[in-house]
Amino acid sequence: MKPMFGVVVQPGTTRDQKKTGWRIYRPRFKQKDCIGCLDCLRSCPDGAVYQIDKKKFDSDMDACKGCGVCADLCPVDDIDMELEEQQ
Amino acid sequence: MEAAGPDVIIANATGCLEVFTTRFPRSSWQVPWIHSLFENPASVASGIEVALKALGREDEAKVIAQAGDGGTADIGMGAFSGMLERGHNILYVCYDNEAYSNTGFQRSGLTPKDALTTTSPAGPTSWGNLTRKKDLPAIVAAHGAAYIATSSVGYPVDITRKVKKALTFTGPKYLQIHCPCVPGWGIESAISVRMARYAINSGLYPIFEMEYGKITKVRKIKKEDLVGVEEYLKPQKRFAHLYKYPGGEEHIKAIQAAADANIEKYGLLAE
Ligand SMILES: Cc1ncc(C[n+]2csc(CCOP(=O)(O)OP(=O)(O)O)c2C)c(N)n1
Ligand code: SF4
Ligand code: SF4
Ligand SMILES: [Mg+2]
Repeated sequence: MKPMFGVVVQPGTTRDQKKTGWRIYRPRFKQKDCIGCLDCLRSCPDGAVYQIDKKKFDSDMDACKGCGVCADLCPVDDIDMELEEQQ
Repeated sequence: MEAAGPDVIIANATGCLEVFTTRFPRSSWQVPWIHSLFENPASVASGIEVALKALGREDEAKVIAQAGDGGTADIGMGAFSGMLERGHNILYVCYDNEAYSNTGFQRSGLTPKDALTTTSPAGPTSWGNLTRKKDLPAIVAAHGAAYIATSSVGYPVDITRKVKKALTFTGPKYLQIHCPCVPGWGIESAISVRMARYAINSGLYPIFEMEYGKITKVRKIKKEDLVGVEEYLKPQKRFAHLYKYPGGEEHIKAIQAAADANIEKYGLLAE
């Protein structure tokens, strides 16, 4: 489509754009000391964190950009940021 | 978006929000969403609101306008003021990252005092931005807006609650959301949300709600959360000159005094 005055794109299409290649570090949810405060889930800028159980969370590696916000906020240090290559 | 529900029409200004949500040829929006210019989301939204009324379909969709701080406080101020003056039933959301970030971090009317931007340089003879942050909520209040609130990405639940509440009011509504800018503020991405919280918990960014010109609620700072402004200033490269050049202490003191004045003015400290 050649944009001239206005363009219409398909809605919700950024969802299938994977962010795997953006990361230098990736979060590792240790799932050990979690207190279920929901801070990581609510504050992830990309909505990548999901809940498995009351005190068990993980992050969707297609959506995570590796920003480290979740690990910075976790009050019980239950999330580590690890270099991608080490995986 | 989660809070506004599916039946909304959005007019969006040029800026970071527009850029990162619509990487051509994709879009992350799943509602009618119109991008026109940097300066006119308020006018576009006004047109949509009036058109819905003329068609008798105003109950079918809520109208939201969105822009950055530059788009709102500076170049779009006239259009925004007109929207408020005419009393349109619109929620206007300003994403306040305290500069023109999308184009490389130039100073805006909402840039705080002493901050380094590409148009307010800092060095041995200059202390960054010369002016204080424009009190935009007060300007909106002077227009007689129905509902005004400040919020922050530091507390996402607060944002959702305020969007929901705003949409229960008829008439013009204004929500100003503080958003750290990782490259512009010169911080690590990981600490961005923590920085947003320090802005609030130091008193520098008061979080409050106003209904018809009167403050009805403030977000109190818990005793254990209270921080000095240095906690907020030090990690940011845009304030690094305050620590580098002699005389910087005086500027930091003045910033602390401004934060203390906010705490006093809005009654921010929890008992
Ligand atoms: C009339 C006009 N002048 C300049 C620009 C270039 N421009 C696009 S976005 C922008 C800055 C936006 O700043 P702000 O509104 O604070 O949004 P942010 O990018 O910070 O989210 C500028 C200067 C433009 N699009 N139109
Ligand atoms: S690293 Fe960033 S993007 Fe990834 S899960 Fe944590 S907060 Fe979300
Ligand atoms: S921030 Fe930490 S403690 Fe809180 S829910 Fe996430 S993993 Fe659990
Ligand atoms: Mg901006």
